[in-house]
Amino acid sequence: MSMQFWVVQAFNGLSYGALLFLLGSGLSLIFGVMRIVNLSHGSYFLLGGYVALSVIWTTGSWVLAIPVAALAIAFIGLLMERIFLRPLGFDPLRQVLLTVGFAFLFQQAALDIWSGNNFDITPPAALTRSVEAGGMYFPLYRAFMIATALVIGLGLWLAMEKTRIGAAVRATVDDAQMARGVGIDTSRISMFIFALGAFLAALGGVIGGGFLGVYPGLDFEILPLAFAVVIIGGMGSLGGAAIGALMVGLADNFGKALFPEVSYFTLYAPMALILAIKPTGLFGRE
Amino acid sequence: MSERAMTSNQTKILAVLAALVAVAIVVPNTNSFLILLATRALAFSILVMSLDILLGYTGLASLGQAAYLGVGAYLTAILATKYQFGLGYDFWLVLLFGIMVGGALAAVFGLLAIRASGVYFLMITLALGQCVWGLAYRWNSLTGGDNGINLRQRPKFGAIDLSNEVAFFFLVFVIFCISLGLMYTLVRSPFGRSLAGIRERELRMKILGYNTWLHKYIAFIIAGAFGGLSGVLWAHTAGIVSPINIELTNSVDALLMAVLGGAGTLVGGVIGSFIVFGLREYLSTLVPWWQYVLGIIYVLTILFLPTGLMGIPERIRQRRARNGNAGKPKQLAPAATS
Repeated sequence: MSMQFWVVQAFNGLSYGALLFLLGSGLSLIFGVMRIVNLSHGSYFLLGGYVALSVIWTTGSWVLAIPVAALAIAFIGLLMERIFLRPLGFDPLRQVLLTVGFAFLFQQAALDIWSGNNFDITPPAALTRSVEAGGMYFPLYRAFMIATALVIGLGLWLAMEKTRIGAAVRATVDDAQMARGVGIDTSRISMFIFALGAFLAALGGVIGGGFLGVYPGLDFEILPLAFAVVIIGGMGSLGGAAIGALMVGLADNFGKALFPEVSYFTLYAPMALILAIKPTGLFGRE
Repeated sequence: MSERAMTSNQTKILAVLAALVAVAIVVPNTNSFLILLATRALAFSILVMSLDILLGYTGLASLGQAAYLGVGAYLTAILATKYQFGLGYDFWLVLLFGIMVGGALAAVFGLLAIRASGVYFLMITLALGQCVWGLAYRWNSLTGGDNGINLRQRPKFGAIDLSNEVAFFFLVFVIFCISLGLMYTLVRSPFGRSLAGIRERELRMKILGYNTWLHKYIAFIIAGAFGGLSGVLWAHTAGIVSPINIELTNSVDALLMAVLGGAGTLVGGVIGSFIVFGLREYLSTLVPWWQYVLGIIYVLTILFLPTGLMGIPERIRQRRARNGNAGKPKQLAPAATS
């Protein structure tokens, strides 16, 4: 195996990890704050891609498509949380099943609105080129994915660590009852976090659309990977989600390249082991 | 009160028996489409009932139950296509192997999963299910990868050829009835009662001296064994085994069917299975928006019928009792056990 192989695979894994971070960070925060296993998170990812397509078809603007799609899906997430999840109270099984019911509804709606065809989101020409370095070609778009994840991750980290609302979120993750006791409106925090999670997933869907495509079935294909990220990293921890995403992205790429026959097994078996040994994940808050 | 509970229980058993007899009489006289539909629903409902042992009777919600159907189905398909094994009387051996491989897989997975509870149990069973899916999807030389394995023929027992739909339906039906009977006996046994105790309050059972871990572990293995059994039947019902059978959505389907019919009732899962298969395979031929119906049924069930369809009579009875007793001194309604 040449040096080139390792560099290219690492770069690919890194960029895939960047995408998974966008998807996984929101899922992790939602779980941390609300203890909800959100099985419609993959649907947000897919719907984000579809909404972006519609925006691009009508306005021709890829740059506009990103915020519109992310905000639209954030709004859907917000409605779902307010109208359906909140009244359910804390019952993991019913919450999980409810989010599945919605995933099925979203799936059908997407099929009706955007048909069953496979689409690609074409980014602006400036991002479709490749850069040559040391005799290897690096697609600029993958570098853009990494950069986006870095910016979003940094922004989230600053918001969580340095702002008042961030502190309230952290308090809710650590001990929701105590947080309520000191006057934090945990219901509003949940709403905010759920919408933020949907926002991030949809953002991932738009950016991932230029790389994975947008097609029916992508929702449930990407969902288990998002859970792998969250579990390896630790639920409710932003830094954990980043490391989890990196590990899953790299493991996925190298696994497929080095031992394709067991590549998914090498991804999910560690996930199960980590859960069995340390259910809070490698970097989860106790 | 106990006498009343007894008679109501006997009525339930009679109702189930009557429904089974009706299915056995009606289904073979319909068209081949409906016969296949019923066969599929019956084969799958063994998996749903196996899940109900965990979900409804032990309080463990698994998101990876399709893995056990998967190993049973792949075993059947691999033996049949690579070794021509299980296409005659040796099919009964395959059935036994399917049960064993499902149970063995659960014995391994259970070691990891049983310690977890609640949301963590959901997540770990999801991860374990995905491990099996990943192997099926990627291990091309053994599983045929994405394309799966086509079974070209069903078993023949002398003059009886199971490629005949009615003959095959009766095979699945009989195995289904035996499974239902066995699982019913299990949940009514002292062991099943202890499981319900763990579901209600694990700590108390521990204090009473029960080894709750072992109880849950054994229940997990039994559920896996029935899952493997359903997989053997599923392989010959569908005629193809592919990673789709192990996908997360398939595990989720099983869970929804159990909840739709009513968790902790066994037959509820069968009803759920028939409703979902009916909608998916019959309604989908009539209207393009069938999945909305399915999605809305799920959402409404979870929001308004936490006890599932089987819980409806009990709810009506309670409401009637409440209305009937308006003005009279408050009277305790008979508690719903099992």
